[in-house]
Amino acid sequence: MGPFFLVKLSVLALINAFGLFVIYSAWQVSHWGILGSMVAILIVANWVYFSKRMIAAKYLFPGLVFLLVYQLFTMGYTAYISFTNYGTGHNATREDAIAANLAQNENRVPDSPSYPLTVVTGADGELGFAIIDGDDGVLVGTEEQTFEAAPDATVTDGDVTEVPGYSVLTFGEVLEQQNEITSLRVGFDDVDEGSIRTQDGSTGYLYRSVLTYDEATGAITNTDTGVVYSDNGEGSFEAEDGSTLVVGWRVAVGFDNFTKMFTDSRLSGPFLSVLVWTFVFAFLSVATTFFLGLFFAIVFNHPAVRGRKIIRSLLILPYAFPGFLSGLVWAGLLNRRFGFINQVLLGGAEIPWLTDPWLAKLSVIGANLWLGFPYMFLITTGALQAISSEVYEAAKIDGARAGRVFRSITLPLLMISVAPLLIASFAFNFNNFNLIYFVTEGGPNFPGSPIAVGATDILISMVYSVAIESGTQQYGLASAMSILIFVMVGLISWLGFRQTRKLEEVI
Amino acid sequence: MAAEAYVQMKDRRWWREVSWRYLVAVAAVVYAAFPIVYILSASLSPRGTLTGSNELFADITTAQYEALFQTHFPQWIVNTLVIGGVTAIATVLMASAAAYAFSRFRFAGRNGGLTFLLLVQMFPQILAFVAIFLLLLSLRDVIPILGLNSQLGLICVYLGGALGANTFLMFGFFNSIPKELDEAAKIDGAGHARIFFTIILRLVAPVLAVVALLSFVGTFSDYIIAGIVLQDQDKLTIAVGLYQFISGQFDARWGIFAAGAVISALPVLLLFLFLQRYIVGGLTAGSVKG
Repeated sequence: MGPFFLVKLSVLALINAFGLFVIYSAWQVSHWGILGSMVAILIVANWVYFSKRMIAAKYLFPGLVFLLVYQLFTMGYTAYISFTNYGTGHNATREDAIAANLAQNENRVPDSPSYPLTVVTGADGELGFAIIDGDDGVLVGTEEQTFEAAPDATVTDGDVTEVPGYSVLTFGEVLEQQNEITSLRVGFDDVDEGSIRTQDGSTGYLYRSVLTYDEATGAITNTDTGVVYSDNGEGSFEAEDGSTLVVGWRVAVGFDNFTKMFTDSRLSGPFLSVLVWTFVFAFLSVATTFFLGLFFAIVFNHPAVRGRKIIRSLLILPYAFPGFLSGLVWAGLLNRRFGFINQVLLGGAEIPWLTDPWLAKLSVIGANLWLGFPYMFLITTGALQAISSEVYEAAKIDGARAGRVFRSITLPLLMISVAPLLIASFAFNFNNFNLIYFVTEGGPNFPGSPIAVGATDILISMVYSVAIESGTQQYGLASAMSILIFVMVGLISWLGFRQTRKLEEVI
Repeated sequence: MAAEAYVQMKDRRWWREVSWRYLVAVAAVVYAAFPIVYILSASLSPRGTLTGSNELFADITTAQYEALFQTHFPQWIVNTLVIGGVTAIATVLMASAAAYAFSRFRFAGRNGGLTFLLLVQMFPQILAFVAIFLLLLSLRDVIPILGLNSQLGLICVYLGGALGANTFLMFGFFNSIPKELDEAAKIDGAGHARIFFTIILRLVAPVLAVVALLSFVGTFSDYIIAGIVLQDQDKLTIAVGLYQFISGQFDARWGIFAAGAVISALPVLLLFLFLQRYIVGGLTAGSVKG
């Protein structure tokens, strides 16, 4: 019963309390995946820490939980999403899509009565309406919460002035939030009954959808035009002329996302050039930084050079400078009209460093050279110092010249210790999102491409563009591209490490 | 060739073999330092535009710094320190605990576990950012404090990458500590927890510092995940916040950005200079930063 036991007991008590709370909340919103995972985590946690055995597991468990949830699960989830059409317009379930389509196609019901209306806010600050319905008295609801009776509300002069649990907006507040209020829609319990909307914040009108959903056929009919939209099996309601309703739902699409990259003509061109550039960029990044770093290492690794420590401290500066800032600083330096390089070093030349496709490629390699050479300088200096001087003396006796010594002795010996780091560096630059994004944002963009992708985009920044930045977010496609990167980086690293036998050494 | 030999080196030979190395050194140092000097000058310039920053150290004012502190920047510093600090400490604890388990205990699945970690660390977390976003989106409905727009949620995401490379780095160091120490302590009646916390962790303190620093720098530089998770202005980290200063209106707010860059880079620069020795050691042991 030492102090460790008491600490353990209280930490476990906290974890159990938190876990039970999570299980309860997940139960409330019917989130079975989270509920199940939490139950499993709790059971294993108590089992591991109350058992007298399994000492190693006690030390591995915390890290493994995070690894499983935030790394392995997200990897698996990425794979799952890559086989769906998840994205803008395909976010939710089929039921949600039906409700959303019906709601989006509402028109004011002709000759319907108007309701005295008051704008209110709920406890969380969300906007809502309180209306006086002739038969039912006061009804109150928000975007999320359909209308419910509010028998305790106060009505003065035909207007609702107080609703328990809500606060009534003043005229000034209504003016401030005009746009939110005029686009707000509060529905009735029964979807077919429609919803209430307002134009002026004081009168509500009944709106009803021109679309109706037929449970039996599973199709949506437009009652105005008579067009029937039926389930096309790809997550959308489609009419006979091929037009679809805006909101679709999530379905599995097999390998569509993967084949789309190579076969969709608008996508495959940009994708292939990005793919090639990713390899070129990663290779050139490693090669340029390695040779510049090696050059400095050889030059300064001479016993007669004084102040080597100071030189090293100063050359380490770009490496210590936070990476994301370096990219932005270089973007400023290379700016076409105002940048230091054009304005001062080149005397006012307007060279389009970041906006011409080829110069932009040169610029990101150049900026990366500045960021990356100190790392290579450090590791090659270390490796050079580890090569024994006897080898060099033997070479000298045999009459080898400097060039020959470098090619046949220095470089091969250096490679033994540095090669694994070069492979790691290649893998890192393969996904060097920050550099590309901050220096050029991937631009200049390819003209006419449906997604915002450009000449300096590498795969990972293209994924970002597809998932976040382009007008429509295509999570399915973005995830499929992530999976491709997974496979490529894994393959390259595996081949590389197998070559250097690093795997066997470590274990 | 020993250094003494060069002391008596003939002048002519010194000129031929050594002098040019100093020229290279000057060029290299100018190249390495000039963007940093430039950004320092820009942060002190009174005009605060990209054009106005081209005359190095023409006028010196603190106007940009004053303007910077009128923004959310101070809050971003606090956020970054908290997120980075908590992540670093938790990373060190979890990775060292895992390394201790692998180094000191023999259990079923030990070799498999090590190979598994080696494989997992090859896949950078940012590749799964879409899934991370969607995971936190669902978590928000159940446990808002771990969901989108929560700093704790972001920390948890970062901790998903805690084991990977760090465990390996530490594993090697733990193995270099003689097992006899543990055994002596065990005979004296110490349990495995006491051995870990009071003996092993103290002996590997320098490695812990390096892992903590690299983890901090990693979270500090992360844009993509922090940018997706955090949404409110007062919750952002420095990387996300500073970027939005200049995205869109590059020219106009360059000075404020420069001031922010100097303030956020200085501590990291100093740390690197002071911890150089350890970091260089850690680098050659296999950890990578761009």
